[in-house]
Amino acid sequence: MSPPGLSLSGVTKNFGQTEIIRGVSMNVTAGERHALIGPNGAGKTTLFNLISGRFPITSGEIRLDARRLDGLPPHRINRLGLSRSFQITSIFHRLSVFENIRCSLLWSRGYRYSFWHALGRQRVLNAETERLLEDLNLAERRDVQAGLLSYAEQRALEIGMTIAGGASMILLDEPTAGMSHSETEYAVALIRRVTQGKTLVMVEHDMRVVFDLADTITVLVYGKVIASGPPVEIRANRAVQEAYLGAVAA
Amino acid sequence: MSDAAETPNVRVLPARRRAAQTIRYWPWLAALVVSVGLPWLFYDWQHARHAGFVVSMLSQTGMMIIFALSFNMLMGQAGLLSFCHSVLFGLAGYSTVHFLDAAGAGQLPVPMELMPLLAGLSGLGFAIVFGYMSTKQRSTAFAMITLGIVQLVTTAATMFHHFFGGEGGIKTDRVIGNSLFGFEYAQSIEVYYLIVAWMMIAAVGMYFHTATPLGRMANACRDNHERAQFVGYDPRIVRFQQFAVSGFYAGIAGGLFAITYEIVTFDAVAAPLAANALLMAYIGGATTFFGPVLGAILITLMQSGVSLMSNSWLIYVGVLFIAMVTFAPAGLTGIALEHAPIARAGLLHRLALPYLRILVPGLIVLFGFVGLVELASFLTIGMAQGRRLALFGRTIDIYSATPWLVSLACLLGGGFWLSREAGQFKRVWDGLMEIARPGESR
Repeated sequence: MSPPGLSLSGVTKNFGQTEIIRGVSMNVTAGERHALIGPNGAGKTTLFNLISGRFPITSGEIRLDARRLDGLPPHRINRLGLSRSFQITSIFHRLSVFENIRCSLLWSRGYRYSFWHALGRQRVLNAETERLLEDLNLAERRDVQAGLLSYAEQRALEIGMTIAGGASMILLDEPTAGMSHSETEYAVALIRRVTQGKTLVMVEHDMRVVFDLADTITVLVYGKVIASGPPVEIRANRAVQEAYLGAVAA
Repeated sequence: MSDAAETPNVRVLPARRRAAQTIRYWPWLAALVVSVGLPWLFYDWQHARHAGFVVSMLSQTGMMIIFALSFNMLMGQAGLLSFCHSVLFGLAGYSTVHFLDAAGAGQLPVPMELMPLLAGLSGLGFAIVFGYMSTKQRSTAFAMITLGIVQLVTTAATMFHHFFGGEGGIKTDRVIGNSLFGFEYAQSIEVYYLIVAWMMIAAVGMYFHTATPLGRMANACRDNHERAQFVGYDPRIVRFQQFAVSGFYAGIAGGLFAITYEIVTFDAVAAPLAANALLMAYIGGATTFFGPVLGAILITLMQSGVSLMSNSWLIYVGVLFIAMVTFAPAGLTGIALEHAPIARAGLLHRLALPYLRILVPGLIVLFGFVGLVELASFLTIGMAQGRRLALFGRTIDIYSATPWLVSLACLLGGGFWLSREAGQFKRVWDGLMEIARPGESR
């Protein structure tokens, strides 16, 4: 099955009187790696919150393929195959690393709200969890309380929880924020590996990561899309240089 | 062995886990043996009868264990502080009285052994109603709704006489003449064994529940309800179902209560009982499954033991509660678990002397505090009861200044000494932790 595409048209979001997202239209093609960049306060994370259903939109339309997403609660959007990570690590901090991943697998494996399955006996589920832990390089830390992991490990866990459910549309919010150079390299390789064959949208500040990973870049400034296209085009775009990259180059 | 060295860690684990699983059975077996054997330690062989006080205390403990565990399904495991847990307990108790009446009149062909199941089902029914109202919210809003529910039902219990019997409650007769094993349940020891059986069933059931998808997602929603949504779960439904299941077990406890005492009054639904569940879970340790068991045993012992010795036992429970919340929020089992890394490193013996050093001033503080409380209490209630304060067989004159001054000196002096020793203890503890878990922050 081919991964889905995502389209936003005329999406706006007001917090009280303030308009934070001012009519965003963008297209994420099926199977591409799409980076969302822009200066601080441009509304990138807010846009993620709107797409994933964390906040309701004020007007406009969000579609995953043909399916309308806006107005649905987050868990329904997740069940349609859209999964997101958080900029500020959001894990089940008192559960073990293993439990964190297993909890993220449960719904997609059809366990729903079951109170009659003994989790310890679910061979396939547990084997899948172990495999994912190996993928994330967290197998040795499987029994550690997630809250006690190092920052980089928590970020890896966060990505693991996001992809565990098998969603084919992945939204990553600053997956490499606060990481050292080598940690970032490792994270990029991990992201590349685990999002194979999926559609990826990521918010990212590290331009090396953006130009390294992305097939398409959308630039958001002050709640509006000012440019969208392949990296070469964006690099050459005058408006983007002025609004955003200029500050980096200077 | 050489094979094992080559295979990665993960492959070795299942075998170790299987060994751990067999070990897991023995605490249950031990609990069963102790529960069954305990009354016989106090058996009066001369008159060939059981010690009534002990049996009734053990019965009370048994039902409170179920109640505290079911409360902790909400508080410890789902992060839901419910003040209306007594409502589920009490309403199931009232229902059971009616069931027993019907069974006694021959209208309900249910044997005594299955009455607690029926009580559990009515607990489940009430939990579905009240859970639907309360679990729309979480945290503080949830707690406030449950507080509303407990007030509502307590008031209703004194108003609607048909079901609740008003202030005096409703009475029944548990000798219904229908038993799977031919028991009469006229003697309290028979009822005690019924309680033990259901306590084991309920505890195993609740333990099993912790490792089901619902039980685990309740933990997950407690830790981070928002993240739970983004892995596909609706936290509201998780809360609701967890509430319903915990109501089932609270109902079993309530049913056993009705069977044991053959009377249920509005006290069984009222807030103080819910507060009791909170005390048990918290003091025993809400972060572990078995913590509330320890709490239930301890609180019931204090309730029936210390209350015989002192009028002020509730003050001691209150102070214990405040001390636990302040200094050991993970409860008694939490304190014990804190020692695990040190024990694993084989350094536990190095804590013996530091413990002894805080124990001495600790006892002095305790002596001073108890002294002051008892002196004050004997000035008022004790006087009215015409009792005398006695220590080591000597009557103490509560009107002379000496006992007051001695107590006060113990409290203040001991407190000062204790705070110094506590600082010293913490240094030793941190040092040992550093050795046991180098580099890891506590």
